Amino acid sequence: MIISEIVSLPAERISLACVLIIILALTTWRADLRLARPLLIASVRLIIQLSLVGLILEYVFEINNLLLVVLIALAMLLVAGREVSVMQKYRVSGRWSYGIGTCSMFVSSFAVSIFGLAAIIRAESWWDPRYSIPVLGMLLGNTMTAIALSLDRFTTYVWEGRETIEAKLMLGHSSQEALKMILRDSLRAGLMPVINSMAIAGIVSLPGMMTGQILAGNSPVDAVRYQIVIWLLIAVGCGFGSMLVVQMASKRVFDERERLRTDRIYKV
Amino acid sequence: MLKVDQLQFLDWHALSLDVNSGHCLGLMGRSGSGKTLLLRAIADLDVNEGKVSLNGLFRDDVSGPEWRKKVGLLTSESKWWHESVGQHFKSSALKLLIDLGFPDESVLSWKISRLSSGEKQRLALARLLSSSPDALLLDEPTANLDSDSVSLVENVIHRYREEHSVPVIWVAHDVLQLNRVSDIKMCMNEKKLDEDV
Repeated sequence: MIISEIVSLPAERISLACVLIIILALTTWRADLRLARPLLIASVRLIIQLSLVGLILEYVFEINNLLLVVLIALAMLLVAGREVSVMQKYRVSGRWSYGIGTCSMFVSSFAVSIFGLAAIIRAESWWDPRYSIPVLGMLLGNTMTAIALSLDRFTTYVWEGRETIEAKLMLGHSSQEALKMILRDSLRAGLMPVINSMAIAGIVSLPGMMTGQILAGNSPVDAVRYQIVIWLLIAVGCGFGSMLVVQMASKRVFDERERLRTDRIYKV
Repeated sequence: MLKVDQLQFLDWHALSLDVNSGHCLGLMGRSGSGKTLLLRAIADLDVNEGKVSLNGLFRDDVSGPEWRKKVGLLTSESKWWHESVGQHFKSSALKLLIDLGFPDESVLSWKISRLSSGEKQRLALARLLSSSPDALLLDEPTANLDSDSVSLVENVIHRYREEHSVPVIWVAHDVLQLNRVSDIKMCMNEKKLDEDV
């Protein structure tokens, strides 16, 4: 339900926000904080990237073609998979590093998005880009952090705890037994931020998507329903994605004789 | 009997050795000569080639964890992951602990963070023996111990070897100790094994 027409933002009013950024940059430059450059670069990137995305999305919504939606979704997935592997301090060697991240992102975002679109949102065509691209984007963005964090903790704990893991193996523990505490700790590290944000949603902060819908003139009740669904899907995606990523990584750091292969982990 | 046939790891020569049940092979060699690597390869902790069997059972016929449970490997530095000593023991080890110089079962409630390196080393031996391995691969098992504790450890290992008739490989730098505990001595040198030095 649209309550009122949205107030459109002309460029000169957006530039007011840019003026604030420039003031901030100048202040940090005066204080020699060395933040001015990255701050300005990030702001320029933000403006260019989002403007481009706006144009692309307008085009995609107009054409309304399944193949185009699939192509965009795949491109988003590949970038997110790369991002997961780039964010690691210790990486699993070989092509696995990229494969592990991308594969878990696929499960966490693609599978969960398709379920959400087809079974819950049920737009006229489930892949309608007006729904599918924002939903997938939200899921990719949020699950990427959880998956990257879980994987990063996992490889770091394995590397730092390699002697303890081997001590357990020497006593006849299986690889899964030897990793039990590490698996638990790395999954906790990945999932706690999502669980915490869900717990404080609406009290401390208003989630971005909901805010967007309310600003766009939708009723808060509708906005809240979408937000609840999205956030539950994000939690599911983060959970299964993180479990998958550490399972795949744990298969890789042991071989078929269940020997710990630290030679397959390298520090970036 | 522990039979090692053409065992190869990294760029070492293929090594072969036999240790009869109830016998102890003393292994010497300079630091870095590969003694620890040999024990790790026998225990299948590192990538290696070759045939190893224990009492007729070939290593490749059982899983890695099953094999490692049978050939008990004790390293010179022990690792602990729970908070207290007792959490690391699956079965009762009270007699072993007393034989190793600990007062009574109160040792099981001791915190790991307060143990000395010598206590850790004796406890690691008790932890290993309480899992009843069919062979012992000992890497400097008395490196951190005072002379009283050394005799306690030597006695406990000797008794375990006799009672369970298990083959033992004992790595040490102390020739006098190897003379006391082993039936035969070998030396790792230039990436190969020299017999009875």
